[in-house]
Amino acid sequence: MSKAIIEHAAASETFNKDESYVDWHDETLWFVRQKRDKSSKLLPEWEQLREAASTIKNYVLSHMDTLLVSFEQKAKENGIHIHWAADAAEHNEIVLGLLKQHNIGKMVKSKSMLTEECHMNEFLSKNGIEVIDTDLGERIVQLRNEPPSHIVLPAIHLKKKDIGDLFHEHLGTEAGATDPQYLTEAARQHLRDKFLTRRAALTGVNFAIAETGGFVVATNEGNADMGAHLADIHIASMGFEKIIPKQEHLGVFLRLLARSATGQPVTTYSSHFKKPREGQEMHIIIVDNGRTTQLGRPDFRNSLKCIRCGACMNTCPVYRRSGGHSYHNAVAGPIGSILAPNLDMTKNADLPFASTLCGSCSNVCPVKIDIHDQLYKWRQVLVKGGHVPQSKELGIKAMSVILSQPRFYQWSGRLGRSVMRTIPFMVNNGLNPWFKQRDMPEPPKESFRDWYVRNRKA
Amino acid sequence: MNYSSLKIGLFIPCYVDQFYPQVGIATLELLEKLGCTVTFPLNQTCCGQPMANSGFEHLTKSCDKLFYDLFADCDYIVSPSGSCVLHIKDHLKVEEKPEESKKLRRRVYELVEFITDILKVDSIEAEFPYRVGLHQGCHGQRGLHLSQMSELNAAPFSKPVSLLKKVKGLELIELDRADECCGFGGTFCVSEEAVSVKMGKDRVADHIRHHAQFITGSDMSCLLHLEGILKRRNSDVKVKHIAEILNSAVKQIPAPIS
Repeated sequence: MSKAIIEHAAASETFNKDESYVDWHDETLWFVRQKRDKSSKLLPEWEQLREAASTIKNYVLSHMDTLLVSFEQKAKENGIHIHWAADAAEHNEIVLGLLKQHNIGKMVKSKSMLTEECHMNEFLSKNGIEVIDTDLGERIVQLRNEPPSHIVLPAIHLKKKDIGDLFHEHLGTEAGATDPQYLTEAARQHLRDKFLTRRAALTGVNFAIAETGGFVVATNEGNADMGAHLADIHIASMGFEKIIPKQEHLGVFLRLLARSATGQPVTTYSSHFKKPREGQEMHIIIVDNGRTTQLGRPDFRNSLKCIRCGACMNTCPVYRRSGGHSYHNAVAGPIGSILAPNLDMTKNADLPFASTLCGSCSNVCPVKIDIHDQLYKWRQVLVKGGHVPQSKELGIKAMSVILSQPRFYQWSGRLGRSVMRTIPFMVNNGLNPWFKQRDMPEPPKESFRDWYVRNRKA
Repeated sequence: MNYSSLKIGLFIPCYVDQFYPQVGIATLELLEKLGCTVTFPLNQTCCGQPMANSGFEHLTKSCDKLFYDLFADCDYIVSPSGSCVLHIKDHLKVEEKPEESKKLRRRVYELVEFITDILKVDSIEAEFPYRVGLHQGCHGQRGLHLSQMSELNAAPFSKPVSLLKKVKGLELIELDRADECCGFGGTFCVSEEAVSVKMGKDRVADHIRHHAQFITGSDMSCLLHLEGILKRRNSDVKVKHIAEILNSAVKQIPAPIS
């Protein structure tokens, strides 16, 4: 789906054409944020847990090399095959190679944002491989031929009616049916067939444990287990930052992950994989795809602490009112906006500006990523790299010239206010984006400075 | 403690200077009523935030230098804007004076936090007999910790609320979303016009739903944005900076709207 990119502001404008839909989208995600608040506030040690998770992840970032090597060694001892992929293309080729080697043309896949990042489905499909997403939300967006709009809730942008229509078209459910149980049952039967007949299953990895060589996949639907246990070959794709040092650290992360994501105490399934069952092959693909570069950026490296809970999206007032697709990146929202420029500064230059820097994201983040500070820092990098429109640059430069010179500033202010008073249409017109839906402030005759000089200096 | 011997520099952000002189006046009068000796350097312009938040921090050097030169000899610098104060606290840097810059940054205070943490006033003589909603500016709240944020599992507190509670007749309303951003966001308000306006509309709706007559806050930039939306829909609800409310001595109050 390599469509031309529509910038965040323009995509948001389209999204906002139907205000009642925006209200619904906002309320739906705010509800998830509230569930997160409620469940996090039931744990008196919540802030300590966040601190612990952050500390462990900081350790991981500084010991990435040794942890990964140790993980590889242990995993190999357990009979798992380890592959290293420098980028998305290598990852996709490895998956294709494994499938070809086993003469497999069809595969089930549980949720993996990494494969979204690598555009794997598209690649495999071009190479004649059919991939079926088995996470319900993922399957829904796959049937619609669109990317997920949220990393945890892939189809959160859709209403029951949308799903009913989609299932009617693809799964033969009754026209107009919107009952969630009925629709879910139809999806269940549809997927059951896929699970039973596929010889290969791909899963993501939430946590890879350096000490044991094992890994954990968290799902609410059990679809990762179902796929992996029924298949002859289990491929697990992981970004290299998924590593944690010890098994005991899972106690910190699993408690934080689901509470932050949906407010659940823990995901329904936390599936621990350590070695292939008899007759099965297990492969782990450890992917870099820009992560080394990000790790080398002092201001941005700790974005790699992310455990993909989606809390920053649910809390983001901009995300809630612009939708995940407006971010044109596999990972949307605030965290996506600090990850995406690392992958492509030209394509993603708009994303760090799609924020008011309100700071809510950094404070819901279970691993304490300073997301809003990084948004600010990416803006500086993008401007210096020439990735912002020239018109903006000219405007800001003019502003800076005025504000650098007190007399020029005073004169411009007086002139501006006088223009606004005498010929208001100079600013109250369609060319002024402020005026489109907001009135301009009433321009006073006197500035505060004028008042001060007249009243206090006379 | 007697603060009259201290030199308090008043920093009035550019847009307040130009569009809301009454907020500057209220801030000045309030500080003077509370016993401060206030000086207003006439050549001040802007904290530099509009450039910096747009990615042009490198164009704020002259603003930084100007600010430093004007306020370096003040014991405290006080401003009625959490956002501008946070910017200065986080970013002000005069290249040849790195250490002095750091020291200056620590002396900059937002008005509410200055009254609460430095002046530590017990009572304020003010009356404002209206139903008021408090809009927490994000930079004041999450940046300067003027109040506890809803994201954290931590003890609640609110410096603006404790000041507003001292105001006679003021009825503070509860909001559905205590600390949702209003969507102003500096240049965001025009570059992301659609989302900015929607956020502002939702913020205003929360106040109206709870029957606010006034929306107050310690950041005029949020209020400027909310006022623009209120006026466009011909709403009776007005915005008022917290300094104006705290400075509203009994005699200056107009009769309440019946």
